[in-house]
Amino acid sequence: MPSEPDVRGPLAVFGGVYSNHLALEAAVADARRREARELYCLGDLGGFGPNPDKIFPLLLDAGVEVVRGNYDDSIARALGDCQCGYTDPRDNAFARISYDYSLTRTSPRWRAWMNELPSKIRVRAGGHRVLMCHGSPRRTNEFLWDSTSSTQFLDRLARAQDADVVMVTHTGLPWVRELPGGGLFVNVGVLGRPANDGGTAVRYALLTVDEGSPAVEVVSLTYDHEQLAHEMRAERLPEEFVETILTGWWTTCLEILPAKERARGRF
Amino acid sequence: MAGLPLAAAAGTPSPGAVEQEGPSVPLLALDTLWFQVTGTICNLRCSHCFISCAPDNHAFGFLSLQEVEGWLEESRAYGVRDYYYTGGEPFMHADLPAMIEKTLELGPVSILTNGTVLPDHRVDPIARAARESRYSVEMRVSIDGPSPEMNDPVRGEGTFDRAMAGVRKLLDYGFLPIITAAQVWPPERDEEVRREFMTRLRGVGYDRPRLKILPRLKIGREQFRDRGYGPGERVTLEMMEDYDEAQLLCSSSRIVTSEGIFVCPILIERPAARMGYTLKEASRKFDISHKACYTCWLHGAICSNYGAAGRDAV
Repeated sequence: MPSEPDVRGPLAVFGGVYSNHLALEAAVADARRREARELYCLGDLGGFGPNPDKIFPLLLDAGVEVVRGNYDDSIARALGDCQCGYTDPRDNAFARISYDYSLTRTSPRWRAWMNELPSKIRVRAGGHRVLMCHGSPRRTNEFLWDSTSSTQFLDRLARAQDADVVMVTHTGLPWVRELPGGGLFVNVGVLGRPANDGGTAVRYALLTVDEGSPAVEVVSLTYDHEQLAHEMRAERLPEEFVETILTGWWTTCLEILPAKERARGRF
Repeated sequence: MAGLPLAAAAGTPSPGAVEQEGPSVPLLALDTLWFQVTGTICNLRCSHCFISCAPDNHAFGFLSLQEVEGWLEESRAYGVRDYYYTGGEPFMHADLPAMIEKTLELGPVSILTNGTVLPDHRVDPIARAARESRYSVEMRVSIDGPSPEMNDPVRGEGTFDRAMAGVRKLLDYGFLPIITAAQVWPPERDEEVRREFMTRLRGVGYDRPRLKILPRLKIGREQFRDRGYGPGERVTLEMMEDYDEAQLLCSSSRIVTSEGIFVCPILIERPAARMGYTLKEASRKFDISHKACYTCWLHGAICSNYGAAGRDAV
């Protein structure tokens, strides 16, 4: 078991950035305003958004500790695809555009940096053992959706890792589950695109750990999404992606959504 | 039926081949528990059914509500992620709604149906339970082609129209059914078939159709409809080197039947696939020497809703 550094809360935990440098910048400022002492990002830095190199200096300057997502692993090692495991041809076509763009536009320097990222970060905060990872603690690209993950299953995953609090991303949709022993399992959502709810805000999680039981707030964050749309168009990224940024509805990568999450969206 | 000659008999070892233990897969975790809730009893008699279900196939019988409740209770300690109901045709069971309500207290549910027997008094309580639960209820409707011309020769006269009416009904109850199609057409027609499916489904008002195409399993009645597995179509030890076993259903699932717990929904007619009579007994590793294992090896966890877990990235 690696040593767990003691940290003081609150902890700001960001999910996938998807090259959305404007949301990342806004999230760092927002977290500082909320007196977050530690900042983390759970991976999937590229894909979807414009100019992938822009986010790396922001992460470094703000001292954000970063976990390796499946996207980062693919880009770092120049694999054939993003390892999301889509089966729908339309989803795969859009994933391909996004992946090829990110791969060619990420400099070797940052690809090498991503190749050094850990798959998990463990800290001890307020006496709680906190585990941060990308998809699930057992698998980088496992999708943990609210409606398809039983509480007994999440509890099993947390206990297998000796963790009181587990924080993941990867799906794009945030949720919080209280575990039977008082622990928490949290999907922090993503900064990269809205939560398929018809609003343009993106999400991150703020974990408070200092007194008693851990508590988490899913923060809804507005940023200059029109500027992002402008930059995406300038980079000739698919209009379907731009539409998501401007409307808050997902237009691609929909087949992986379970029934409940799919029903809440427009498409 | 258990007495059918399985395609496995077709393989003859090459001369001089050394007998060795075949590859096996451990149960890494019991993520998914299946219930073969109506046994091999089905209102249809599809020509490609891998377990030869029919109205008169009583090889496997119904599970009672009380039995299902017992299994649900036992499953809690395993941290089961989700539950699947199959048959036969699950909607032939009068207690299906009560079972689903009970299951949703623990986790998400998937129901595999042929869509031709969907009485309101069974669909309505399930729809209500689904709305009230935090967990998803996935309705998987089997339709093997986007037209009566393609579907009906396989599934029976009139079944395309009846299943499409079933899809319409499920939509009216607020479900977003996943249409599950066994690939009974040549692979080169995949794209065309997918497009036609979308058009047909939109035609009955399904504006965002969900479609899952399954590879065929060449056992049960299917080996007579088309052909069985050839001698080379078998998982070997070498094929498991560098292979991610988490992609296989047998690494994360078991199925409860009236005749005990089996390794997966496909192999219930094979005595060696009966793992025992408690979840503990059924947690042992499984020898994947069956011919149908080859199809899973090629395609991943074909029975799951959202495809295979995929290879681990790190």
